[in-house]
Amino acid sequence: MSINRPGNRLGGKAAITGIGATEFSKDSGRSEMSLASEAVAAAIADAGLKPSDIDGMVTYSTDNNPDVEIARHVGIGSLRHFSRVHYGGGAACGTIVMAAMAVATGVADAVVCYRAFNERSGRRFGAGVQDLPLAATAERAQFSWTTPFGQLTPASWVAMVARRYMHLYGATSEDFGRVAVAGRKHAANNPAAWFHNEPITLEDHQASRWIVDPLHLLDCCQESDGGQALVVVSAERARDLPNKPALIVAGAQGAGDEQWTMTSFFRDDIAHLPEMKVVADELWTSSGLTPADIQTAILYDHFTPYVLMQLEEFGFCGRGEAKDFIADGALEIGGRLPINTHGGQLGEAYIHGMNGIAEAVRQIRGTSVNQVDSVENVLVTAGTGVPTSGLILGVDR
Amino acid sequence: MSNNAPTIIVDSTPEAKAAFYAELQSFVGLEIGEPMPAPDEVNLPMIRHLVEAVGDRNPIYTDPELAARSIHGGIVAPPTMLQAWVMHGIDGPQRGGDGPYEKMNELLFSRGFTSVVGTNSEQTYKRYLRPGDRLTMRTVIDSISDEKTTGLGTGHFVSTRQDYYDADNELVGSMLFRIFRFQPKAKAPAAKPKPPRPRPATTHDNQWWFDELNDGRLCAQACAECGRVRFPTGPLCPSCHSRSYDKVEMPMSGTIHSFVVAHYPQVPSFDYPLPIVLVDIDPSTSHAGKPGNDKVRMIMNTADCPESALAVGARVRIEIRATDPDMKLPFAIIDATGATS
Repeated sequence: MSINRPGNRLGGKAAITGIGATEFSKDSGRSEMSLASEAVAAAIADAGLKPSDIDGMVTYSTDNNPDVEIARHVGIGSLRHFSRVHYGGGAACGTIVMAAMAVATGVADAVVCYRAFNERSGRRFGAGVQDLPLAATAERAQFSWTTPFGQLTPASWVAMVARRYMHLYGATSEDFGRVAVAGRKHAANNPAAWFHNEPITLEDHQASRWIVDPLHLLDCCQESDGGQALVVVSAERARDLPNKPALIVAGAQGAGDEQWTMTSFFRDDIAHLPEMKVVADELWTSSGLTPADIQTAILYDHFTPYVLMQLEEFGFCGRGEAKDFIADGALEIGGRLPINTHGGQLGEAYIHGMNGIAEAVRQIRGTSVNQVDSVENVLVTAGTGVPTSGLILGVDR
Repeated sequence: MSNNAPTIIVDSTPEAKAAFYAELQSFVGLEIGEPMPAPDEVNLPMIRHLVEAVGDRNPIYTDPELAARSIHGGIVAPPTMLQAWVMHGIDGPQRGGDGPYEKMNELLFSRGFTSVVGTNSEQTYKRYLRPGDRLTMRTVIDSISDEKTTGLGTGHFVSTRQDYYDADNELVGSMLFRIFRFQPKAKAPAAKPKPPRPRPATTHDNQWWFDELNDGRLCAQACAECGRVRFPTGPLCPSCHSRSYDKVEMPMSGTIHSFVVAHYPQVPSFDYPLPIVLVDIDPSTSHAGKPGNDKVRMIMNTADCPESALAVGARVRIEIRATDPDMKLPFAIIDATGATS
């Protein structure tokens, strides 16, 4: 992949102007379509738009709710753009990138991005691929190098990378635990969070049972039912709408060298996230910003070790230094880089990263339950261990 | 032995057990039923039927002249026919009612010893029987054992003794007949057979690798044009895009690159905790110096080594073992010397 190029010119063209979510639960008791439709309708209303103003829809390829069906239920009408982004939670920021590209080019005027599922009461992602039917496709066969050995779940794949990372850099389970403690501390203050008023200590983390050694239960995010949607319009149009715009300062997707979906075990160096480095380089280069310009970040936290590696890929610290960077509550509100102020997926809900983008919007608006002072730019990332994506959202100046 | 034996709740305190055993012993020595006379006297036709059936050609049982010249001075009956002389057909006299034997059985039943199996019999003989002898049998409860546990269950051995008397009321022989009255062992629920391991999803690009494994060879893939080694398998050489490839048999040794121990969720095909290792396979000699030869890395399980031996850098020996009737997989055995790199 060539590095010297005219560059990503997406920044400044579009903004997120509406956010809407359902309740976050363990058993919604209703259809995924109900969750999706409610979240989409809520985001459109939050944006100050009518359903008929929407002419584009973007979701994950793994979402079970067809865009056109939501359009029928919500009364959106005709669509000019619809696209889907692959790789599970890696799609999260990618949906906003698709929407921003659409509005920046005039392909669409107002795009709603959504993700809704009954991930806890329905098919649980934590169960892994054990029940996926065999198929003679590359997408299914990619798991054949691990599944006959019982390496069937996301936790088991992440643990393999985490162990190597610990070996190389001396990070410990307690270092991973600090990420969980920060997330649960923020969630404790968030009425929308599943773990509202339920902070944990590092001792709780250490005492939690093994899922896949070296990952404890509290290294793994929760599983959730719920839906989240966001509305993207051009920067100009956003200025005329009621909410303070969350400007898309930069947006990018990334896949790394020797990339696999969750099982990139065949790279020379497995203890980092080169796909996220692709995203980081794009975001920094296209925006001209540096880590010093970020006041708070939403770092995808399905498993705690990958939060440390993301800090390194984005240059908040050097390779292997995240354990030192996060010491002393650096990730908690009031620390050097508060992350996941909604509680993250460890604390608020696992909505495949989409709820994190909404929190970044709230930080720009100044409406987070854990509001960081003087926020100018928020970094948001999507699923780790898979081809992924990221955003920098900023205050419109 | 019945698998549908009723569940009987018994008082199993030591006191209750001792009282039961004392009551049980009170039956020892009691005679069961009336003396039973033989339907026929000892006779030559019955003897002949038996020795012909069992192939015993000893002339003392059937040949009057030879028998007369033997130490017996005439035909005698095979001693093992002792019991047969008093046997009745199925329509013969039946034992029943509420005699000591029935009472003893009721007592045993009440303590949950509901099943019975014959174990052995022993005969002793006082003299040979001759045609014309007419026997009478008397039966007593000879002994009852302490509580014993066998492969069948827990219970008591009950021995009855049948004494056989001749017309002069002289004892000619006896037979101990031993049975085991027991409570059947609770049947362990049939162990559920382990389901097979998850099958690999196979395509034209990876099926051959699993086939080679099933034939006992651990392979990587090498470009037949430029020699670049690659694993996992793929349709093209990433260097020269040739679709031609060679199967490279890899050394059965390597080094642990990383490892995990899976605890949850548990899939019934595996035993937990389940170690899973990522192994850097040693380079092949056939492709020494070729790109990729030193980058072959595979997931496998461990065998014959404790979880505590797991370490990044540990040297392993690799063996291919059958995990299911139709699947073989590589296993890493950690070098006991603990050599690390």
